[in-house]
Amino acid sequence: MSTSIADSKHHTADQGPEQTVSRLGEGPLGGRVVTPAGLAWRRFRRHRMAVFGALIMLGLLLYVVGGALIWSESYANLTATGKRLSPPSLEHPFGTDQVGRDVLARTIYGGHISLLIGVAAVMVSLTFGVLVGALSGYYGGWIDSILMRFTEAMFSIPSLFLLIVMSKFFSGRIPTFDFFGRSFSGSVVVIIVVIGLTSWMYLARLVRANFLSLKERDFVLAAHCLGVPNRRIILRHVLPNTMAPIIVAATLGVAGAILSEAYVSFLGLGVQPPTASWGNMLENAYTYLESAPWLWFFPGLLTVLTVLSINFIGDGLRDALDPRSLQ
Amino acid sequence: MTEYIIRRTLQAVPLLFIISIILFVLMSNMGDPLATLGGRQPPRGEDRLRLERQLGLDQPFYIQYIYWLVGNDWRMVDTTGDGVPNAYGTRRGILRGDWGTSLVTRRPVLEMIGERLPNTLLLMGTVQVVVILVSLGIGIYAALRQYSLVDNVVTTGAFIGFSMPIFWLALMLMYIFAVNFKRWGLPYFPTVGMYDPMVGKTVPQVLWHMVLPVTSLSLISIAVYSRYIRASMLDVINQDYMRTARSKGLAERAILWQHALKNASLPLVTLVGLDLPLLLAGAVVTERIFAWPGMGRLFLDHVERIDTPVLMGILMLVSLAVVVFQLLTDIVYTWLDPRIRYR
Repeated sequence: MSTSIADSKHHTADQGPEQTVSRLGEGPLGGRVVTPAGLAWRRFRRHRMAVFGALIMLGLLLYVVGGALIWSESYANLTATGKRLSPPSLEHPFGTDQVGRDVLARTIYGGHISLLIGVAAVMVSLTFGVLVGALSGYYGGWIDSILMRFTEAMFSIPSLFLLIVMSKFFSGRIPTFDFFGRSFSGSVVVIIVVIGLTSWMYLARLVRANFLSLKERDFVLAAHCLGVPNRRIILRHVLPNTMAPIIVAATLGVAGAILSEAYVSFLGLGVQPPTASWGNMLENAYTYLESAPWLWFFPGLLTVLTVLSINFIGDGLRDALDPRSLQ
Repeated sequence: MTEYIIRRTLQAVPLLFIISIILFVLMSNMGDPLATLGGRQPPRGEDRLRLERQLGLDQPFYIQYIYWLVGNDWRMVDTTGDGVPNAYGTRRGILRGDWGTSLVTRRPVLEMIGERLPNTLLLMGTVQVVVILVSLGIGIYAALRQYSLVDNVVTTGAFIGFSMPIFWLALMLMYIFAVNFKRWGLPYFPTVGMYDPMVGKTVPQVLWHMVLPVTSLSLISIAVYSRYIRASMLDVINQDYMRTARSKGLAERAILWQHALKNASLPLVTLVGLDLPLLLAGAVVTERIFAWPGMGRLFLDHVERIDTPVLMGILMLVSLAVVVFQLLTDIVYTWLDPRIRYR
């Protein structure tokens, strides 16, 4: 499915944009100039669920960014044991937690961490997955055998177990550090790396499969004949042609990473307090199942909304970037 | 086909070796297993050294791996902890059926797993059966009435289902059906354990305690499964051979169950093939929340104590199951769809 979109992109690069434009410009879309990206955007906008997801995402971003302007991080980490476990009120709309911190402010700063982890972990898994997939798909032979056996082995270990073992493996190895004037617990980096290192396998297989079919194409052969070095062929000729499925997988990967963070932090092996994340706000919240439902309700709800909206967006992107759904 | 099965089985052997090496590397660097052994006071100095030697933890990583793999009864080891090898080891290694001994409880790993496995299989097996039955019903119904109200609810529900962390769903269910039902004076579901110790482990007790965990585990999987079943049914019911079957005058029921479902069940087989081996592993998070004494909790408890033999045992068992079920899935494919051939 990726190869045909790949084709149109490739021709754009090789034969100048005019031809693509005129080819797509005629026909059912009328005389307007349409680029592949424009076409994808048009299809995305028609996808009701995707637009809905994008709107929720926008609202969530407003919430975590705007909220940070109103409440400071020190307020979010401020403990006031006198007011511990007080139910939602005007002063604390989402109530306070076991040590009297404001849950609303913590969901805002926890949101930063959870979203950061989601995006950064996908960056790690993208780097790793694309690297492994590209190398083994392009070069084949023994490189392929070794890398794919390793990928398969990692795939055969249930992911949550691997995640737990890996976070235990890396935990406590990175100290607290300052970044953009905020101090982050080293566990944030640990969890990013761990989630990245446990989720690249699917991407690697996807990229490998696309490389296997693309490398047999004439334009790669042509590049070879022109003496283009392998590195450049991989990066400039083959990789751009397999971007569409990578983008979709990466988008859905963000949702997966946020969920993974929630699971690991819920088990107490993820982000360590006082840094808040939606996952660690839920840690041990079940001991307050009865007495303080606001503790676990709000961070959980925000996680569900975020993951849901990203899944909607990813689904929309899949349809929008799929050339078979050309209308 | 036979040749294919033999080749795949032979390929599985190095795969399991790679898995065991990856896991062993990770585990031997997870932390200090001795730190929690002495209770509140971790062993120090001489004691610590002696313990390390007795447990073989002073050996380099590859030696520990070899001992775990093939045992150490062929080599002199230090059983007194004085630094001098004095007797042959007693371990036989996992390849000869010895899964090792827990560092924490000093009991054989296989025995500990054997205790928990039935509990987990009871819970997860029930979940799997519920999920397959319910999602087949929902998925087929939604596919036959595409874009109807039910279909839209299913599609949206599926998205919500796989966007939801299971612990949050579990907490919500507990809050509604245990906490609030109790508050309102309705019969409420228990949230902790397998049975009430006051009553004992009777069948109704266990069933009653299974309701909430099974519901939370099933709901999410039903969402995922029914979406796949709907999609593959939609794929199949528009095929030419369905029209042929109709024009032959076959009953609608026969068409649905024999022609459509058999072909549409390929993705279902894939899903089940991926999920069945995980039944052994149990549900780490769910078992933790509902205090269900299964494999997932065994794993979590021993991760905290860095009890490598137990963790290795659980993970190798599950990985083995994953590999075996992958092969089984491929074989079932050929039965379901004779167009698929393996070479």
